[in-house]
Amino acid sequence: MSAVSSQNRRSVIKTIFRGGAPRALFVVLILFAVLLIISDLNWSKMREGRAWMSLVVTPLQWLVDLPSRAADNLSGVLVSRTTLLSDNERLRTEALQLERKVQQNASLMAENIRLRELLDAGQRVDEPVRLVELIGVNPDPFQHEVIINHGSEDNVYDGQPVLDAGGVMGQVVSLSHYTARVMLITDARAAIPVEVNRNGFRAIALGKGVLGELELEHVPDTADVREGDLLVTSGLGGRFPRGYPVGTVSEVVRDPGQQFVQVRAQPSARLDKSRHLLLVGDKPRLKEIPAEVASE
Amino acid sequence: MSEERAGGGLIIFGTFIIGLVLSQIPMPDMLIWARPAWVVLVLIYWVMALPHRIGVGSAFLLGLVMDLVRGSVLGLNALSMTIIAFLVLILYKRMRMFPLWQQSSLILVLIGINQLLFHWMQGITGTTSDSLLFLLPAAISALVWPWLFLLLRSVRRVFRIA
Repeated sequence: MSAVSSQNRRSVIKTIFRGGAPRALFVVLILFAVLLIISDLNWSKMREGRAWMSLVVTPLQWLVDLPSRAADNLSGVLVSRTTLLSDNERLRTEALQLERKVQQNASLMAENIRLRELLDAGQRVDEPVRLVELIGVNPDPFQHEVIINHGSEDNVYDGQPVLDAGGVMGQVVSLSHYTARVMLITDARAAIPVEVNRNGFRAIALGKGVLGELELEHVPDTADVREGDLLVTSGLGGRFPRGYPVGTVSEVVRDPGQQFVQVRAQPSARLDKSRHLLLVGDKPRLKEIPAEVASE
Repeated sequence: MSEERAGGGLIIFGTFIIGLVLSQIPMPDMLIWARPAWVVLVLIYWVMALPHRIGVGSAFLLGLVMDLVRGSVLGLNALSMTIIAFLVLILYKRMRMFPLWQQSSLILVLIGINQLLFHWMQGITGTTSDSLLFLLPAAISALVWPWLFLLLRSVRRVFRIA
């Protein structure tokens, strides 16, 4: 009994008198953190180390996703019979319409191949597609990123394009073993080469860091871009395959005082709502950027 | 004594994990700016309550985990959280004497410093921002602090962590 109380007293005394912040440790840690920041920014080998370290937080990401997954399951169980029936009906008509479109598609594809053969152009290859699920969203409002449940162990690669049912969502920017981070096209760092579907005019769509808004950069005053135009990926740059919808032009501002036209577009993918995403391709399209392109 | 310590360590670890989960849980777009800095708040509490156990070292490790979770440049959160822990180590004797509302206003300043440091460094490393909305979490954190403080204090007393 007396031993316990003396121990308690000792710990109290320690708490009171072991004051003074550990300056040396503080300085060392600060220097270490700065070193980490600099090496993470400038040294590409850090990416691998980061992938290993991210393994530690993978369970945490699953944990974060748990409530919403449970809610999904629950709403799946608690759905009423009439809603199921009407859903079924709607999906059946939708499937029928899609099948009709695919029938046309087959003949169009055959025609396309014939014409391409006539022109001696290369064949277009159908890209393999994989369904993945979203397990997290970056809470930082400045970074439009989502986390998916596939990683380098599932052959996801850096720069892999990600779509949803509506169009292009973004690309994989950082990999761990069982998860990957996808930067959305609206992120302030994102840019994607597009063309206007109507006339093939090419431009680059930049993310603005605002959800639901893209901006076309350096569009000359004379360019034929109108409100409502569909923008599709142009396939230039080698990251995104050609022909997937990116967005529709929502606003064209022609100011005679400005050098370029301001063109805003709205992404066609449901960036903040889709839970099931599609990973396109199974290997990097461009192994290495040619030196003369990279240097420019 | 040593057994009690290990148990307490687990509880502290648990509160950090809960803080991390809270900081990651998706929120509606309206509230995306209004998320309190949970992890930093929990860190400040434990540094204040147990400065001989939770200090700049734990803050650094926690910051690294935070960087991995948030996908920010490795070391950003570690740097700002180490600085915050150091400030609290200097201030904790005063903070313990303060009434709750005064603690809250200090929390406003501390979290504000944390947010400023973080976004300042994020600006240097590339992700730019031009609005001052990122300071809002400091105000929200100050509002949350009294309740969090009472909660964590009762946790500490129930499990007798010292």
